[in-house]
Amino acid sequence: MWQQIQSNRTRSIFLVIGMGILLALLGYLLGLYFADSGTVGLIFALIIWAIMSLVGYFQGDSILLAASRARKITPDDHPRLYNVVEEMKIASGLEAMPAVYIMDDPALNAFATGRNPKKATVAVTSGLLQKLNRDELQGVVGHEMAHVKNRDVLLMAMCAVLLGTIVMLAWYASRFFIFGGMGRTRRSSSSGGSGGEAIIAIVAIVLMILAPILAQFIYLALSRRREYLAAASSALYTRYPEGLASALEKIAASTDQLKSVNQATAPMYIINPFRKQGMSADDLTSTHPPISKRIAILRSMGYASYEDYSKAYQQVMHTNKVLIPASVIAATSGARLRAEQPETLEKPEDVQRVRETTNALWNVHNYRIIQCPCGARLRLPPSYKQSEIKCPHCGRINPV
Amino acid sequence: MTVVWVILGILAILIIAFVVIFNGLVRLRNQVKNAWAQIDVQLKRRHDLIPNLIETVKGYMKYERATLEAITKARTLAQQASSAGPAERGKVEGELSTALNRLLAVAERYPDLKASQNFMALQEELASTENKISFSRQFYNDSVMQYNNQTQMFPSNIIAAMSGFKQGEFFEVTVPAEKEVPKVDFTDSVK
Repeated sequence: MWQQIQSNRTRSIFLVIGMGILLALLGYLLGLYFADSGTVGLIFALIIWAIMSLVGYFQGDSILLAASRARKITPDDHPRLYNVVEEMKIASGLEAMPAVYIMDDPALNAFATGRNPKKATVAVTSGLLQKLNRDELQGVVGHEMAHVKNRDVLLMAMCAVLLGTIVMLAWYASRFFIFGGMGRTRRSSSSGGSGGEAIIAIVAIVLMILAPILAQFIYLALSRRREYLAAASSALYTRYPEGLASALEKIAASTDQLKSVNQATAPMYIINPFRKQGMSADDLTSTHPPISKRIAILRSMGYASYEDYSKAYQQVMHTNKVLIPASVIAATSGARLRAEQPETLEKPEDVQRVRETTNALWNVHNYRIIQCPCGARLRLPPSYKQSEIKCPHCGRINPV
Repeated sequence: MTVVWVILGILAILIIAFVVIFNGLVRLRNQVKNAWAQIDVQLKRRHDLIPNLIETVKGYMKYERATLEAITKARTLAQQASSAGPAERGKVEGELSTALNRLLAVAERYPDLKASQNFMALQEELASTENKISFSRQFYNDSVMQYNNQTQMFPSNIIAAMSGFKQGEFFEVTVPAEKEVPKVDFTDSVK
């Protein structure tokens, strides 16, 4: 499995270096234009990038979790989710148990974060918990665990920072061009002006426009390939590709859009949160591969191995492109699929799922539960300060 | 002079190759060890869940003493074998799995039991522990396969043989063939 990470990393490193060169070039040319010194611009760009990277590395996961308004849960809050995460932790051979978070959102989505596999976090929406059965949930969590295990999480976060720096630099530079352009022209004309200056200006402008777009494409190429690999790993961990396939189907059919999300964090989720209804995601500008293709690949797997995923990929996409290198494939060949697992919930299952999810949400928001002798269950918000409460059902006064 | 340098160069390459391959083997062997420890944790957890389960179902299943005794016995045997190798453990744990499955099948006949909060929570714990056992076994067997491949393939097999890297042993929970449960048929006596 580490061979896969290795080969993955080599390709990723090239793409990241490409983005880095883009940033350096942009910084250099802007420096040459604004300060007559490319080195100054280069250093300036690198300093901004270094600061943002440091913040992203040490605070990235907490920023992301805070931005998505996720809450940490304990095993007692939602035993099923916690167990499923632990199962996938074991199946993937991860050393440490990731923290488990719930987002209070009816949309169906999930993401993983954390700077290394020892300090990882898996977050799912409450909508996902209510709609998916155990096998489907396992498929989704396995997919997120694969992102952690393959170290996609840190790579994508660092790439997001790099992309952010390029976009920011280009944006501010364009403001300077528009509003500060006059002063600049005067100064250059007083020093005589030359053809070289004009060329630099043109190249700088072109790069200013192109760099963010190019960087975005690199970022997207990176994230799409990693989505396929995570799906392959999820199938291998769960030995049940149908789980993830049917989960993706439910996720695609849902019309709820995630509320707390932005462009930079989009690739972190299992499904692109910005997709529009009926839109084919089969273009260069999508962070995720088309969902129908992802489902079709998973459904045409006869075994749970990487080899089988790779074959299914070539078959569905009508391509000869090698998704997973041969050295990795040999290590996992012959992994058999398992049977569907029985539900542990009492029927009707969806009602039970909604109940256990709402209970978990009450818990993480620190609501207190008062059991009235008449059978009613009262939930008190943490802001409730009185010492007793009247039961709305039977009128009894209960101590808090 | 150049001949000396060439020989030294070849030696250096050989030493580096030895170190890299040796470390790779050690890493794989440690992974197998860790994976086995994981299985151990999950099997112990299952042993710990059983007294709880019996306590919960006892009140409802007054007439299933044989089933309950079988499960207690299987658990004791499994606990006694807790330091044995994969083959021995696979056998006793398989018997425990069979006894557990029988209990859960019997529980289907007791709607009161099935509806109790305690039993429902236990069922989730049991199902998840079974999953965890099978996932840790899956990871262990994958690790053993990678390790064994490495000890058999050229050139790492030379170093493995030299430094005494033994083959890993696969872990299979062998569930004995389901013994025919005597079926009691009342339809004839009614006629």
